[in-house]
Amino acid sequence: MAMYCLLKLAPLFLAVAVCNGWLFGDFVGKQKEQDEISLWPLPQKFQSSAVAFKLSPASFQIVHAKQSSAGPSCGLLENAFRRYFEYIFGDLKKPEKSRKKVYDSDLVELQVWVTSADPKCDDFPSLQTDESYELSIDEPSAVLKAANVWGALRGLETFSQLVYEDYYGVNNINKTDISDFPRFAHRGILLDSSRHFLPLKVILANLEAMAMNKFNVFHWHIVDDQSFPYMSRTFPELSQKGAYHPFTHVYTPSDVKMVIEFARMRGIRVIPEFDTPGHTESWGNGQLDLLTPCYSGSSPSGTFGPVNPILNSSYDFMTQFFKEISTVFPDAYIHLGGDEVDFRCWESNPDIQKFMAQQGFGTDYSKLESFYIQRLLDIVAATKKGYMVWQEVFDNGVKLKDDTVVEVWMGNKMEEELQNVTRAGFTTILSAPWYLDYISYGQDWQHYYKVEPLSFPGTDAQKKLVIGGEACLWGEYVDATNLTPRLWPRASAVAERLWSDKSVTDVGNAYNRLVQHRCRMVKRGIPAEPLFVGHCRQEYKGL
Amino acid sequence: MRLTALLPVRSCLLLVVVSVCVQQVHGVWPLPQQLHQSADRGCLSPQRFSFTYGRDSAAQTGCSVLDAAFKRYFSIIFPDFTKGSGLLMCENQSNRLSVKTGGCDGYPDEDSDESYNLSVSEGQAVLRSVTVWGALRGLESFSQLVYQDDYGSYFINKTEIVDFPRFAFRGLLLDTSRHYLPLHAILKTLDAMAYSKFNVFHWHIVDDPSFPYQSRTFPDLSNKGAFHPFTHIYTQSDVMRVIEHARMRGIRVVPEFDSPGHTQSWGKGQPGLLTPCYKGGVPSGSFGPVDPTIDTTYKFMESLLKEVKFVFPDSYVHLGGDEVSFACWQSNPNVRKFMEKMGFGKDFTKLESFYMESIMNMTAALNRTSIVWQDVFDYHERIPQDTVLEIWKGEKYQAELSRMTQAGHRVLLSAPWYINHISYGQDWRNSYAVQPQNFSGTEEQKKLVIGGEVAMWGEYVDATNLTPRLWPRACAAAERLWSNEEKTLNADLAFPRLEEFRCELLRRGIQAEPLFVGHCKHEYDGL
Repeated sequence: MAMYCLLKLAPLFLAVAVCNGWLFGDFVGKQKEQDEISLWPLPQKFQSSAVAFKLSPASFQIVHAKQSSAGPSCGLLENAFRRYFEYIFGDLKKPEKSRKKVYDSDLVELQVWVTSADPKCDDFPSLQTDESYELSIDEPSAVLKAANVWGALRGLETFSQLVYEDYYGVNNINKTDISDFPRFAHRGILLDSSRHFLPLKVILANLEAMAMNKFNVFHWHIVDDQSFPYMSRTFPELSQKGAYHPFTHVYTPSDVKMVIEFARMRGIRVIPEFDTPGHTESWGNGQLDLLTPCYSGSSPSGTFGPVNPILNSSYDFMTQFFKEISTVFPDAYIHLGGDEVDFRCWESNPDIQKFMAQQGFGTDYSKLESFYIQRLLDIVAATKKGYMVWQEVFDNGVKLKDDTVVEVWMGNKMEEELQNVTRAGFTTILSAPWYLDYISYGQDWQHYYKVEPLSFPGTDAQKKLVIGGEACLWGEYVDATNLTPRLWPRASAVAERLWSDKSVTDVGNAYNRLVQHRCRMVKRGIPAEPLFVGHCRQEYKGL
Repeated sequence: MRLTALLPVRSCLLLVVVSVCVQQVHGVWPLPQQLHQSADRGCLSPQRFSFTYGRDSAAQTGCSVLDAAFKRYFSIIFPDFTKGSGLLMCENQSNRLSVKTGGCDGYPDEDSDESYNLSVSEGQAVLRSVTVWGALRGLESFSQLVYQDDYGSYFINKTEIVDFPRFAFRGLLLDTSRHYLPLHAILKTLDAMAYSKFNVFHWHIVDDPSFPYQSRTFPDLSNKGAFHPFTHIYTQSDVMRVIEHARMRGIRVVPEFDSPGHTQSWGKGQPGLLTPCYKGGVPSGSFGPVDPTIDTTYKFMESLLKEVKFVFPDSYVHLGGDEVSFACWQSNPNVRKFMEKMGFGKDFTKLESFYMESIMNMTAALNRTSIVWQDVFDYHERIPQDTVLEIWKGEKYQAELSRMTQAGHRVLLSAPWYINHISYGQDWRNSYAVQPQNFSGTEEQKKLVIGGEVAMWGEYVDATNLTPRLWPRACAAAERLWSNEEKTLNADLAFPRLEEFRCELLRRGIQAEPLFVGHCKHEYDGL
């Protein structure tokens, strides 16, 4: 391999920076050095030299390469060009002609070359998406090569991270070669819009931040016990009666569409979660008879439990409901939940008891749960969608389709669970070590960073079944007021773990880069909280 | 005192009635000493509502603090008010305000009387206070009593409030050294402080990592000691703005210039101030605490404290004195020689005391009261009697309270309120459970506890996360410091009021985080 890992180059950078400082009469090498090693997540293969080129907002442009299969009609890339131009040069007004000659731009353009015949401009990203790219920065043009637009998006982010300001405020970029691809295909963030409603603006801003960290899945835990903000076309009463407020605290179909499109433009999949049969209190408000009536003694207590699994009407409802979901959300997967089902209500209900006896389930209510889930899975499979489920569904021995993704969330015996799930041949994603709603004093990002998803005992074939992970920000204590600073840059630690090579584990090196990366997010308008004492050149301006 | 005796019973009964009839908690946070609400309500029309000064009031139109407060509270009370809105015709509601003494252009101080009486009845409300600062507290309570029904009409229930703070010193510490806090973040915090009736902004303005205070006497301190000499500093006019913004809200600004430790950033702009550390007989190039052995140090400190007196009007100044590491002093031969000369032996706490005593005396000579961290007391008995001691060490703070008050010192408690320490869940309940006078001591001793402070140290906090981390968590201490402890010990009873109050904070534009699952009518619409 002719390429080197950045880590090994770190000492060299110091020398480079000092050297550059000398050559250009710039004695503030420290700042440059910091900027130069601020890539996040770290690319797989990286080689850089001391030669620096200047970028001028007046002359630099991002263009389609001549050979590229994508052109001006590719709205996704055009938007990305504009976005990254703004990231690089700030919220600069139109470049003034008169300033054009102030200095010559060494790097005049970034050519984006999409190599495959179909650039996939109008597609949606998927689990199979090839996100690899190659980036070569040299005079007079830089070239970004990727099979399709998704890889190009990742490469644009990397390019923008390579640009640094020197002490005179001039943008520089060093001669660099990068060949990059993700370690894991599924790199997700879970947001919970049920326990607190999250305004659209917050969701969109976090999709922006996700793209800055090369996350590619937005796991939208959209409804739960507390509220049902998803406005269903088929069952409008679900949100009318189940949302915190039927107008101000809902996601209309066009809101959902906007989230999906905004995510698509950034190469992010949107996987909605409609968790059943538990976690469904709010569903009951708008859909009578869906939930199991709980009994107190021999009469109904007036409270309700999980979805009633013994009524055909429940399955009819699910059939129609998921038919809608399968058309609204384009992703090939839907998350069906299946976690934390409380059996007490079922146990109290005489009709359920009778049904249990009929089915020969005895008093094993997990069999009833499996019975429900099995039918639900068949319903969803009929919509031609794949599904994701929380680990309990697997643990309870439900028969799953081969392409099911099992999400491991329980912190205890996590390795054992990964072993079991993959031994059974199922793909899996890991979220157990990355419950970011749990906060503590200090630099907890280091714990997230140190997780090695493949450390469980198992064959290579088993390890390949771990397709990624998710950072989860559950909503008990989180809403628009504190979500973004609580998520970033803590989730960035997970981002690097899921993208970069397994060998990238040096916490000290990560700290230095992450400090810069969080300042970059702040500069781009994301209120990412500090890692420790210090400052950013541009502090957060909002409030 | 007839009313006082009746209140506990009546208010309990009435709270139930109110919540059934109106289905809304419209409590006041922090809970007033005496609150008597009836279910009778009157409506308020934004067009006809007005604040007026009572005829007998010492303060009249032209009173800067109150004129500004009227303006502020009008838009707080009627946030969606636009001309021509409001369908309901209401009686002419006026809020008549009567202040016994003037003092509109002064600053609040340790003796400020913040008490007020508020009487809301059909058509009018009367607010009486001794000072303008009391009037501000009353206006805040009044604003919290107003609520909107589903049609957007404004209402206020018939209410009688007799209120005064339990503690005179109710502070909040912000640390602008570990991270620089932009001016707007500080001003916003002052707004939110006023909503919770905090009355002291403890400005931990400089520390090891940076020196953002731009000194008129020693400009190099920030030129070389700030994170950035232009973008990360507080200019003199910034400081004035903070002080005036605080004054308008009845908040004192007590600056902290912590020494002799926590001064790394000072050394950059003031060569010779810090002790050079030695390694193997030669200076190592690194520096320790302020050098207490040379005259220039004391000349410098005197000039700096003179400037502080000139810039900050409050009669208190915080001198720090915490966490002094002796390793550097020990390594320095000149310091050791000085120790010998003074007969301190090997006891470096004596050297520390020597230094602190000098600057405390300096401060007293400038007619200012010193506040110091508990370390100074722990190492040293000879402390000027009027020095205020601040307890910050979490373990056994009750015993410390006993010892300090036994020695006759006034004390501030902040140990249980280090809310920069975060954890999962409702940690406000821990803050709420604190009982500042629950230590062994006489009644006289208990009276020496003059209040407490919420501390938001800056290791992990800057403008991105400060506000949601502070609010509503700091509100718990605010109620503990203002309200009657016996009426407010039950956190479960406080919970719905605090939830309501945090939604009110959101409505006022304060990015206060949620206490638990749920929603507010007006969610935060920033990012």
